[in-house]
Amino acid sequence: MLSTLIDLAKIPSRLKSKGVLGMNQRNHAFIGRYNDRAKYPLVDDKLKTKIIAQRHGATTPEMIGVIRNQAEVKLIHDMVKDWPGFVIKPAQGSGGKGILVIVDHDQQRYKKPSGNETSRQEVERHVSNVLSGLFSLGGKTDVAIVENLILFDDCFDGFTYEGVPDVRIIVFKGYPVMAMMRCSTAASDGKANLHQGAVGVGLDIASGKAIRAVQFEKPLTHHPDTKVDLSTLVVPDWRRLLELACSAWEMTGLGYMGTDMVLDRTKGPMVLELNARPGLSIQIANGTGLIPRLRHIENLEVPIKYPTPEQRVEYCVQQFSTETKFNYM
Amino acid sequence: MTSKVPFYIAVIALVIIGIAMSIIRHQTYNVPWVPGETRQIWDIEARIEFTARGKEVKASLAAPSTQSGYTLINESASSPGYGISYNSTSSGRRIEWTIREASGPQTIYYRSQFLVDENTKRDVTPPSQPMPEPKLPSLELSAGKALVELARQRSADNSSFTRELIKALNEPESQNASLLLHTNNKTNALYALLSIAEIPSRIVGVIELEDGRRRQNVQQMIEVWTGEDWQLFSISATQDGKQHPLLIWDQSNVSLLDLMGGSNSRVAFSMIARNISPTEATESKAEADGLLNFSIHSLPLEEQAMFKTIMMIPIGALIVVFLRIIVGLKTSGTFMPVLIAVAFVQTQLVTGIVGFLLIVGVGLIIRSYLSRLNLLLVARISAVIITVILIISIFTVVAFKVGLTEGLSITFFPMIILSWTIERMSILWEEEGGKEVMLQGGGSLITAILVYIAMTNEYLQHLTFNFVGLQLIVLAGILVLGTYTGYRLTELRRFKPLVKD
Repeated sequence: MLSTLIDLAKIPSRLKSKGVLGMNQRNHAFIGRYNDRAKYPLVDDKLKTKIIAQRHGATTPEMIGVIRNQAEVKLIHDMVKDWPGFVIKPAQGSGGKGILVIVDHDQQRYKKPSGNETSRQEVERHVSNVLSGLFSLGGKTDVAIVENLILFDDCFDGFTYEGVPDVRIIVFKGYPVMAMMRCSTAASDGKANLHQGAVGVGLDIASGKAIRAVQFEKPLTHHPDTKVDLSTLVVPDWRRLLELACSAWEMTGLGYMGTDMVLDRTKGPMVLELNARPGLSIQIANGTGLIPRLRHIENLEVPIKYPTPEQRVEYCVQQFSTETKFNYM
Repeated sequence: MTSKVPFYIAVIALVIIGIAMSIIRHQTYNVPWVPGETRQIWDIEARIEFTARGKEVKASLAAPSTQSGYTLINESASSPGYGISYNSTSSGRRIEWTIREASGPQTIYYRSQFLVDENTKRDVTPPSQPMPEPKLPSLELSAGKALVELARQRSADNSSFTRELIKALNEPESQNASLLLHTNNKTNALYALLSIAEIPSRIVGVIELEDGRRRQNVQQMIEVWTGEDWQLFSISATQDGKQHPLLIWDQSNVSLLDLMGGSNSRVAFSMIARNISPTEATESKAEADGLLNFSIHSLPLEEQAMFKTIMMIPIGALIVVFLRIIVGLKTSGTFMPVLIAVAFVQTQLVTGIVGFLLIVGVGLIIRSYLSRLNLLLVARISAVIITVILIISIFTVVAFKVGLTEGLSITFFPMIILSWTIERMSILWEEEGGKEVMLQGGGSLITAILVYIAMTNEYLQHLTFNFVGLQLIVLAGILVLGTYTGYRLTELRRFKPLVKD
């Protein structure tokens, strides 16, 4: 009893020596210091993110249309007539809320990734909820973005269950510092949020190879539903993905952010969304703390001409390469 | 890091000023640090409002006097332009305000201070005149006689006899009782019954002493001569449950307020309990409220009563800040728990928790139906608000019918806030599942209970209300907590896997 208490008391100092970033420190020393409030709307509104991303030459999922007010809700069926699969998202949604994915439809019945079908009314209701601000921060009225369905790369088959596997990279002052892939599971209901039961796979910044995998904050080696060996996961086209993530710094000017990306079968890496308040679970997935890397970047001398994304990626590939940790398990 | 220095100087300055203000208050006003070593004083303020007709005005208010348990130590009246006189008439003490000419809305105040004092000599003047003949029509008289006869059989003395009569009057099935109550209110009916039985009694106006109450009205109760003492009976409560102490305001029952030359008159009472040191209790009259007395205590009582709650809210905020930054507890709505705790103070803890769970639980069930109706957000929230009001009224009525008087206090819950809570939790439920709802709902409830415990703490209440300087110390504490960048307690568990390898 006493020894467990002593162990418990040692946790803070051990976490500190491991360089684990806590919520308070994240808010205070990184988000508060490096993220200019005035730039938040750029990332909080996915429509704006999309526009600036395209202006900077980054690929984003193809836009089918935007629904701006309740009177247009019924136009959704016509809008998606020529697109077999599509996604409806709130422009100002947070944490993946309010995203409806339809993989196939005949304008009467809409098929969800789980195989369940939903009706026209259900789809209209979802759009209407998005517009009335159900999913946006503070309940502000919102617009619904309709996008083409991403056909994710075959190389991820088996690593995810009913959902798009996305890559989250923490970009600090334009440098990629940590990366993970979020694979949805049956437990997470096709969603990519770690606290809902998605598997987080830490990725080596140098190679895009899996380092470690966790679900519900516990390490694991195989995907719980598909039983695929997670240590074999390698993200192809890794350099381009990193460069795309880094370019978000030029796009938004936000110092500390999370970029969420996907690999499309035909169009390659795409920016899905940017996040000015990225979560901390990425540290658990990687089995290491963020602070040493953040401090490293923070202490870099800033040349007159800021390094290009390619140079920054090159630097981080040199600095932050990590051995796989699967053999320890 | 140099920018930190002014911040810490400011924090230290706040603490020093706060402590200094408290010490000054302690020394000059003799306010004790702890509430124990004090005597209680009730400040009671009657606020009379009326519209004058533009002619001479004469207003006469019944005034309370020293009575069993309470000593009148001070009284004053404030009323610009009016002449004031205190008269002792055959039907008790009265204060009279007079003015030659007044028009428009008028507000006058009468304020009295009672020291809670167990040693007051009780009023044992026996009834002077015999009871008047009951003025009842013959049919009601015979009904009354039947009730009196029944009560006499079931009782031993005047006191138990009165209790039996009250029980009989409160019985909804009794035909005799309902016949009497058809034309009389319960108090008058009881008075008539007592006069049939020739037991000396009188109707008095009573106010309930409840700390921080505002806009209370005088209630009519009956005093019965038990042979050696006057005993007070309330017509509605037969059981001796938890009750507020009672103060007899109007001993005569002639009238509470007589007004000549005005209309739309209204009398409302506000009251507040104060703890004063024994020395202050004796010297209180000597200390006039100077112009330099800028404390809350120089405000009218009604505002003071409000501040008693307001001054506790910073403590609640401090607890919330602590729980979120240091512990990392999840709550739904940042300061919603504080508002819930304020409601708990009114309802008592257990009733409050049961009420909260009932309202939110039923609200969630109804909200899940509303979500199928495909409504727009604002309309849906409004529907939830109305639902919450309906739930509250149904629970209040049901609680009253089954005799749970505690259930009545459920109306103190902030309805709009509860509706938003229900809405947010229901969305949370749809998106993240019931587990997250339990987590955040539980977090809110735990926070609310902790804030409630702090808010009802006698020492904290005493300190926050009497020493305004403490607010600055709380502010300094919150500022310092705002710079904490260490791990939250919940993060220790969350990141524990990182320690192992």
